[in-house]
Amino acid sequence: MLDAKAIKKDFPALNQQVHGKDLVYLDSAASAQKPQAVIDAIVEVYRKDYSNVHRGVHTLSERATRHFEAARETISRFIGAQDSREIIFVRGTTEAINLVAHSYGRHCIKKDDEIIISEMEHHSNIIPWQLLCEQTGAILRIIPVTNSGDLDETAFKKLCSSRTKLLAITHVSNAIGTINPIKALIAEAHRHNIPVLIDGAQGIMHQRVDVQDLDCDFYAFSGHKLYGPTGIGVLYGKTKWLEAMPPYQGGGEMINQVSFEKTTYANIPHKFEAGTPDIASVAGLSAACNYIQQVGFEAIHQHENALLHYATEALMTVPELRIIGNPTERAPLLSFTVEHIHAHDLGTILDHAGVAIRTGHHCAMPLMKRYGLAATARASLAIYNTQHDIDVLVEGLHKARGIFKR
Amino acid sequence: MNDYQHSDSFDNLFELYQEVIIDHSQHPHHFGALPQATHHAEGVNPLCGDTLTLYLKIENAVIRDAAFQGHGCAISTASASLLTDSIIGKSIDEAKRLFEAFHQLITSEKETAADNMLGKLIILAGVKNYPARVKCATLAWHTLQAALRQDAQPVTTEA
Ligand SMILES: Cc1ncc(COP(=O)(O)O)c(C=O)c1O
Repeated sequence: MLDAKAIKKDFPALNQQVHGKDLVYLDSAASAQKPQAVIDAIVEVYRKDYSNVHRGVHTLSERATRHFEAARETISRFIGAQDSREIIFVRGTTEAINLVAHSYGRHCIKKDDEIIISEMEHHSNIIPWQLLCEQTGAILRIIPVTNSGDLDETAFKKLCSSRTKLLAITHVSNAIGTINPIKALIAEAHRHNIPVLIDGAQGIMHQRVDVQDLDCDFYAFSGHKLYGPTGIGVLYGKTKWLEAMPPYQGGGEMINQVSFEKTTYANIPHKFEAGTPDIASVAGLSAACNYIQQVGFEAIHQHENALLHYATEALMTVPELRIIGNPTERAPLLSFTVEHIHAHDLGTILDHAGVAIRTGHHCAMPLMKRYGLAATARASLAIYNTQHDIDVLVEGLHKARGIFKR
Repeated sequence: MNDYQHSDSFDNLFELYQEVIIDHSQHPHHFGALPQATHHAEGVNPLCGDTLTLYLKIENAVIRDAAFQGHGCAISTASASLLTDSIIGKSIDEAKRLFEAFHQLITSEKETAADNMLGKLIILAGVKNYPARVKCATLAWHTLQAALRQDAQPVTTEA
C-alpha cells in the first residue's frame, strides 16, 4: 500500500494554507500538482544542460539533444511503445488530437466518410472532428451514453461500418469518471478496419497503459495531468500511420532538404515536431514518468480505488447529494450535485474550507445535457490524497448546506 | 449556532452569501416569462454554462415591467432578481446609468458617489472580493444591455 502522507511531502505546493486552512487539493483531474523531482528536472535543464536541440555541434547542444532523446525513450517505455520514434512531442492532448485531425483527417477522410466519437467526450475530442467534418463533408457519429454513464456498446457496434474511417474515444471520462473498455472497443473497431484514437488525458495517470497490448492506433495525453509540466504532451502513433501521414506544421527541425522547388521531410518523429520544442518540459515529463514508476501503478491503483470507495460512501452521507453516473468501472473522481445549491456556490464555499474542487460543465457540455445538468461539482483524487482530505470535503459540504438552509 | 459562523475565513463568506442574497436566489422576484415583453435577450456564461433570458416591457423609453428565466448560481440568480426589482419604472437612460454604477461597485475598490443610486443592489458589493464570481453577478446586467439593444445573438460574459 502506498503511503499518501509521505507522498504528499514530495509535492511542495500541497504544503500551504488557503483562507487559513490546510490546502486539500481535489482538482487533479484538471491539473495535478508536481513533485519536487519534476521541478528539479526542469531547473537542472536550465542550470546545466540547456541549449537548442538537434541543431548545434557544440557540447551543450549535444548534451541537450541526448537528454531530449533519452526522455523520449523513457516515455516510450512508460507506455509500452515498440519504438520511441512513435512518440511525438506536442503541447498536450488537445494538440495531439488536432494533429491527427489535420494530418490523418484532412488526407484520409473524404465526403460521406464517418468518424465515430461518443457522447462523453471532452470538447477537445469533439471540436477537431466537427471542424474536419465541416471541411471535408464527412459525418460525425455519436455513441450514446447509458443512464449509468457507460458507453452504449450495442449502439457502437451498429455504428461501425465500411464508411467509418476513425473511432476517437476517451479512455476515461473527465466529467463522471467512466473507464471505458477500450481494449474491447479497439478490437471491435479493428474487425471493421477502423483505426482508433484514444484520448488518454484522464487515463494515463491511473493505470499502466500499454499501447501495444491495447493495439490502439493513436494515444494522446498531457504531461500536466500526469504530475508533469504544462506545455508538453504526447501523441503516440503506430509507425505505419505516422510514416504515411503528411506533416502537421511546417518549419525548422522537421525537414530533410529544403529548396524552393521541393522540400523533403525528416523521418518520424521529427517530421511532426516543427520548431524548437519545449525542451525543459520534456525533461520534466520524463521525470514525472520515473516518479510514477517508482511509486508503482499497482500501489497507485490500490490506493486510489480504496480512496474512491471511501469518498463514495462519505459523500452519500451528505443529505440531498447526488453522485452523477454509476459506471461499471470508475476512475477516482466523483461528479455530484447538491440539491438547491449551485456547483459554483459549492466551489466558493469549499474554497473557504481550504478545499479545491472543480465546478462547471467540465468541457463536456453534451454529456451534461444528457443528464439534464448545467454544472456539477467534481472531486478528483490522486496519489497524494488521503481519507482526511475526504473528511474535510464532507465537512465543507455540510457547511455549505448550513449556509443555504438559514 | 453553527461552529462555522465563528471561523475567520467563513466570516468573509457571509459577506458574499448574505441572507438577502440567499433569499433572492431561493425565491427570485419576477421569475418567469413575460408575455407582453417588447424586448428580450439571452445571456450565457460559457465558463459555467449558466443561461438567462431577460424580458422587458418598454413603453415610451420607460421599462414598465421585467422578468427573467434560466438557471444559475445563487449570485447570478440573486443579481437577476435584484436587477428586475431595481429597473422596473426606470427610463432606459436611468437603467444604463444603473448598470455603470453597479459595474463600478463590484469591480473597483473605490466607493463612488454613484453608489447612492444603487439602493439594495449594494448588498452585492461583496462580490468584488471574488474575482471568479464577478461574471455571475454581471450576467443579468450584460443581458439587460443586449435586450435594450435588441440583440439577436446571445450575449456572453466572455468579451
Ligand atoms: C478527457 C480529456 N481530454 C482532453 C483534455 C484536454 O487536455 P489539455 O487541455 O491538456 O490539452 C482533457 C483536459 O481537461 C480531458 O480531461
